Amino acid sequence: MNMLSNTETGFADLLKNGQTLSQFRAGIMERTAATGCYNGLETLELRERDPIGYEKLFSKLRGGLVHARETAKKIAASPIVEQEGELCFTLYNAVGDCVLTSTGIIIHVGTMGAAIKYMIENNWEANPGIAPGDMFTNNDCAIGNVHPCDIATIVPIFHDGRLIGWVGGVTHVIDTGAVTPGSMSTGQTSRFGDGYMITCRKTGVNDTPLRDWLHESQRSVRTPKYWILDEKTRIAGCHMIRELVEEVIAADGIEAYEKFAYEVIEEGRRGLMMRIKDMTIPGVYRKVAFVDVPYAHEDIGVSSKFAKLDSIMHSPCKMTIKENGKWRLDFEGASRWGWHTFNAHQVAFTSGIWVMMCQTLVPTQRINDGAYYATEFHLPKGAWCNPDDRRTGHAYAWHFLVSGWSALWRGLSQAYFSRGYLEEVNAGNANTSNWLQGGGINQDGEIHAVNSFEASSCGTGACAVKDGLNHAAAIWNPEGDMGDIEIWEMAEPLLYLGRNVKANSGGYGKYRGGCGFETLRMVWNSQDWSMFFMGNGYMNSDWGLMGGYPSATGYRFEAHNTGLERRIANGEAIPLGADLDPGLNIYEQSIDATSLVKRDKQCMTTEDCYANHDLYLNYLRGGPGFGDPLDRDVKSIEKDLNELFLLPEFAAKVYAAVVTQNAKGVYTVDAAKTAARRAEFRKERIARSVPTREWMKEERARIINKHASTPVQHMFATSFALSEKFKNEFKTFWSLPADWDVLETELGVPSYGSKFRMDLSLMPDVRTIVQVEE
Amino acid sequence: MSTYNKEQVAHLAAGTLDWDTTFRMLSMPKDKARFGMYVEALQAKVTFPDRIVLPLGPHLYIVQSAKNKQWIVKCDCGHEFCGYKENWKLFANIYVRDTPEAMADVYPALMAPDTKWQVYREYYCPSCGTMHDVEAPTPWYPVIHDFEPDIETFYKEWVGLPVPERAA
Repeated sequence: MNMLSNTETGFADLLKNGQTLSQFRAGIMERTAATGCYNGLETLELRERDPIGYEKLFSKLRGGLVHARETAKKIAASPIVEQEGELCFTLYNAVGDCVLTSTGIIIHVGTMGAAIKYMIENNWEANPGIAPGDMFTNNDCAIGNVHPCDIATIVPIFHDGRLIGWVGGVTHVIDTGAVTPGSMSTGQTSRFGDGYMITCRKTGVNDTPLRDWLHESQRSVRTPKYWILDEKTRIAGCHMIRELVEEVIAADGIEAYEKFAYEVIEEGRRGLMMRIKDMTIPGVYRKVAFVDVPYAHEDIGVSSKFAKLDSIMHSPCKMTIKENGKWRLDFEGASRWGWHTFNAHQVAFTSGIWVMMCQTLVPTQRINDGAYYATEFHLPKGAWCNPDDRRTGHAYAWHFLVSGWSALWRGLSQAYFSRGYLEEVNAGNANTSNWLQGGGINQDGEIHAVNSFEASSCGTGACAVKDGLNHAAAIWNPEGDMGDIEIWEMAEPLLYLGRNVKANSGGYGKYRGGCGFETLRMVWNSQDWSMFFMGNGYMNSDWGLMGGYPSATGYRFEAHNTGLERRIANGEAIPLGADLDPGLNIYEQSIDATSLVKRDKQCMTTEDCYANHDLYLNYLRGGPGFGDPLDRDVKSIEKDLNELFLLPEFAAKVYAAVVTQNAKGVYTVDAAKTAARRAEFRKERIARSVPTREWMKEERARIINKHASTPVQHMFATSFALSEKFKNEFKTFWSLPADWDVLETELGVPSYGSKFRMDLSLMPDVRTIVQVEE
Repeated sequence: MSTYNKEQVAHLAAGTLDWDTTFRMLSMPKDKARFGMYVEALQAKVTFPDRIVLPLGPHLYIVQSAKNKQWIVKCDCGHEFCGYKENWKLFANIYVRDTPEAMADVYPALMAPDTKWQVYREYYCPSCGTMHDVEAPTPWYPVIHDFEPDIETFYKEWVGLPVPERAA
């Protein structure tokens, strides 16, 4: 009988077991579903038989991953990678489940895994083929990437001609060739302006990048020098790790390696459940977060009129911790995706939370896909965190992700507090902004783009036993580093006129949130330069905890036609240092009175023109506070006053502190007078407040009368349209009439996307990967 | 696993624990005995006779009423809010910062939310004026029921302690 060969049928038999990669993966998923254990591994045979050998394998592989990252990043020229450490390397088994990962931006545990799974489920093994020495590149946000600037290089690992795994490396590049410069720009409203998009493309063979790829990719972005060095970084790291795996197999055998590559995931699954039982309390936790999307403003210069509206991102989180230590994260009620760049793919959400969890619930080296298998996610299809339209923009998905996760901090911290693990309590995280971005011709005469990663050092949330850390960290990178001024001045045509702790930026409380910081930058030696702002302004995205206040919101300061060139030449006063009290306009006192100054709450803008000697204030936010501010120790208040972390006015208004200042300007807080004042303050609180149920009657009347701003109503309208359940719960809480509703059509704003949407899965010959309950 | 004594846990609860021990608590696996010692330390500080079942906040607890064994939410001043399954905020006093003037008492100019987008709801104990929580939602947002603990499972299955008696 004549039979078609594997070549003729397109069957590559990469696993040498007669199965396609998709069939092999389906078997793993079936065994996982049937037993509750990853790949049906109810016993960890290797770990139990040879625990020391198992740990040695772990240490060799994990150490090698970290070593590869530390070595490879020295190749990069971009300060984002080289200074901030925005890179990560991850080892996968044959089906794209993460075995182990390096340090760094470990959100990519899942995003590169999603790309591998996309290749598996869309038969990449037949076309374009998967062979030893191949390289694939991906940054497609529609299949799981966080944002287009995270470029992943993925290399298959073979042993004796058989595919046994993959290694992926990702770097955050400075520019992706989007409509506007900077890696996370705001000027586009959809994928079609998000920049160069690469879908698991084969970009190298025989360990060599293809020339068409090299030519095309470098001219598709504004910063080719940084781009190519980032690529070399990723390739070098991937190849180091592939060699490491080959050495491990040579030393320990393929059988042990492959057993490890699956058992360690099951161990990770069990590990998360164990830690949940060790650290939390079973039950239901409800939290919520919001982000302002102020796109109606004249300084949002997008090309699509239907994107010109003010709205709010809504991220309600119901966290259920079950008796067995498994947990469910349910975001029912989340608002719809929008015509901006803050949308997030479901994998960006489900993978991304581990970068947060490794800082709290699982602070171990054993970060892999096991944690995913111990978690149930419910992300409504159509929401900002699981878009149902292939047009969505994602360049700054972090804007919503960071804020959505602040709710998780508060839920977990409630558990830690109630259980007595006070040292683990964290009131939340800062809205990690502002993002100073822009581009033009830099001080070296080259086309350039900038994205200041000073945002990697915002204030952290307060703990239940101490203040948050000042200008210290960002949720998306556990190794946050604000970077050296000298390096930033080399990378950006922007001189520093100040870098100071931002007073009053940390949320007040018994323990205050960490303060953010602010840098005043002067444009210098550039041509045709543009910049924009990106951060929160009209709203806080974080809340305080247990009586603590949220951190301060953002504001923007920019100044044009400043006269600083003349002032510097003449030795006149110029703005230096902190914008200590934004209401006093102190910078304006040292620039020309005819300057054009923008000092307001519009912290989201698009590319605007900047001449040399114009000013830009980069204000990095603080973290939220913990506990009633009236419980704050007077010595801590005194210290904050004397270090200019707190304005005296608010020592009195918020902390009820009785403060004096001596002739040398040193503040002292009188403990006895403060205690007396606090007793009065508590009485004043009672006097100005009303029983909650009385206030609810007034609020209900406002709801029935539709008395709220358009962005508030728009937020509820999009959440209601996606979730009848959320709407019914809302109406039940407020005892609203059965016919009460809020529809987008009644708000007088554009509603493109409200009715007609098309998911990527509807495209021909595309199989999308769904990893959550929708 | 590290272990700690009652004095150390009491210092932790009071915010006076030395940094070396605090750091050890952070970096080492958790001590299962912590909960019992923590509740004991808190119980020693409160002036009411009711038994603390679960701490909810620095001044807020689920307690077993000494009068009738019912589980209720209670402020450490002695004010009783409600049954433990209800949302205590609905039984608190509220002050809503929904004007620029009210926000100006908390933040410098330009550093507060715009009250057309977001308000602060401060929940006070009606008896002592302690601020137990600050919500920062949009207008219209329902009062959030933050936490519904499964106390029986926690005591019995997770920390191996007898569940305090509870009257219906």
